[in-house]
Amino acid sequence: MFSGIPDKAGLTAALCLAVFGGYVTYTGSKLDYVSDVGPGPGFFPFWIGVGLLLFSCYQTILCLSARRHRRALVQSNWRGSSRALAGWSAMAISIFLYRWIGFAASFVMLTCFFIVGLERRPIFPAFAIGVALALSFHLLFVTALGVSLPTGPWGF
Amino acid sequence: MDALGNLLVGFSVALAPINLFWCFIGVVLGTVVGVLPGLGPAATIAMLLPLTLKMDHTTAIIALAGIFYGARYGGSTTSILLNMPGESSSVATCLDGYQMARKGRAGAALGISAIASFIAGTVGVLGLMLISPPLARFALRFAPPEYFALMVLGLAMVVFLAGDSMIKALLALLIGLWLATIGTDLFTAESRFTFGQAKLLGGIDFIAATVGIFAVGEVLMNLESRSGGEIIKLPRGLKNLMPTLQDLKDCRFAFANGSVIGFFVGALPGAGATIASFLSYGLEKAVSRHPEKFGTGVIEGVAAPEGANNADAGGALVPLLTLGIPGGNTTAILLGGLILWGYKPGPLLIQEHPDLFWGLVASMYVGNVLLLVLNLPLVPLFAQILRLPSYVLHPFIVGISVVGVYSVNNSLFDVWLMALFGLLGYLMRKLDFPASALILGLVLGDVLERALRQSLMMSQGDLTILISRPISATLLLIAGLLLILPAIRWVRAWRVEAVERED
Repeated sequence: MFSGIPDKAGLTAALCLAVFGGYVTYTGSKLDYVSDVGPGPGFFPFWIGVGLLLFSCYQTILCLSARRHRRALVQSNWRGSSRALAGWSAMAISIFLYRWIGFAASFVMLTCFFIVGLERRPIFPAFAIGVALALSFHLLFVTALGVSLPTGPWGF
Repeated sequence: MDALGNLLVGFSVALAPINLFWCFIGVVLGTVVGVLPGLGPAATIAMLLPLTLKMDHTTAIIALAGIFYGARYGGSTTSILLNMPGESSSVATCLDGYQMARKGRAGAALGISAIASFIAGTVGVLGLMLISPPLARFALRFAPPEYFALMVLGLAMVVFLAGDSMIKALLALLIGLWLATIGTDLFTAESRFTFGQAKLLGGIDFIAATVGIFAVGEVLMNLESRSGGEIIKLPRGLKNLMPTLQDLKDCRFAFANGSVIGFFVGALPGAGATIASFLSYGLEKAVSRHPEKFGTGVIEGVAAPEGANNADAGGALVPLLTLGIPGGNTTAILLGGLILWGYKPGPLLIQEHPDLFWGLVASMYVGNVLLLVLNLPLVPLFAQILRLPSYVLHPFIVGISVVGVYSVNNSLFDVWLMALFGLLGYLMRKLDFPASALILGLVLGDVLERALRQSLMMSQGDLTILISRPISATLLLIAGLLLILPAIRWVRAWRVEAVERED
């Protein structure tokens, strides 16, 4: 039941969750535990925080005990993470740009980054794929279904 | 015999060309809004309600109900193909459906989903026809303590989502429960964990969280290595894309399980299709001969939750039509429609307007057949999405995720939330935390807290109210057993290991 002893990243995660549990407990305790009409707004978060704190401490102990016994059953592989994080950053920049250049143009740029930057493929097909996808989204959602999407200065 | 005679009258209403036409339009629209994430049946029905004022009322309710149950059919498509649940009730379908798609069995998953939906949807209608009044009276015995116990039972399903580490699953569940507390407290209107953001006062948008964790998280995971442009292999020909006879045989219990659980949970106002689909998935895994394979692409793991969330549609109409109590957003809008057209939904509706009730019941049989006929041929078409090379599929998934999330509230804030949840989903995958446990907590947390606090208000703080009522005590006992069983198994395994070590 409690197998899957994690690696260093797992230990860090357990410690972070313990801190987070402490925060939830503390914030929950600041809210009213009991109100005029029964349990208050702090009642539920307080116990969630306590649960988080207890389970994350237990997870931390498991990790430390596994390290002491030199057991590491689950080792996360973080080798490709830089590519994933680059993809996420590109997505975040693309969302930031919606306000200025609209969904369509920003999406074409994101597609180009995914295909050229991460997949090392030629720019022209990447650009064509980006334009084709953006156009399909526009036709299906904006034109056919009347969904509004962030627009740039050129109206799409 | 009465029911049969009434049903025949109902068929004469439902098979009238105009009703048949609107039933078809309803189920097609429902399928479309179910396939597209973000566009839910509730919003669609609300938008179309004013247009029905000039229609015949029976025709109007047939069309709107078609959207309601048609959306349940469509909801599985993006869950299976893109790991993108458009509605909370489709989350459980992702667990095995997406894994089947990755193994080249997307067609079988989509096919079994349509078949399970048809069977369970029909069982749901049978239930609506035969046992509506007594079931509605039973559902009324569900007060806050019973709802709390039901939600605890739903949360106990975390045992079946846990994977290797139960502690990690419980931590993920607690994070989900915490996320559900974000926003304005329903009882005191006090804001909680909003970090000064006015947009968080309404709570975390479910679609943003789910699409982020499942779809964006999956894309980030796939971005880790260069794809080389490979595509998922799909068998050629319609016959090879469909579920095999063995698949159908494997799913026979799942069909029954999904139908029964979905209908009964659906009949409880406020319980919803999500808990039905998770309960059904959990039960299917519990009785399976190979529970360890669940989550890796097992066909029963698709049939059970898909069946449950379709049978739920029939169940949800029980309290609406017999008591005038809506069980969720969509049925609340349908109730609004019935009142708008001059009906008084309640115990006398069936007697006073038999053509409406029986016409609707018969139209649901017809609608389920239409949906099956409509959906099965679409399976190969939808499965072609997986023929796209991964370098095209990734931006496609991100684009459709953004559009789906943005379209719910026209809010860029929700898109940012989706991106943050995408990062969280990626980290959870890397650290082996089950994301579905978090979603379970997020979906059920709000109802759980409300039911617990209402129960404690009823008893003036006395916790024994939760175990002194027979229904809630039984449900809590089952939940307790579910949670304790893995611990007993673990202690037993630990003892065996210890004895072996001594030898």
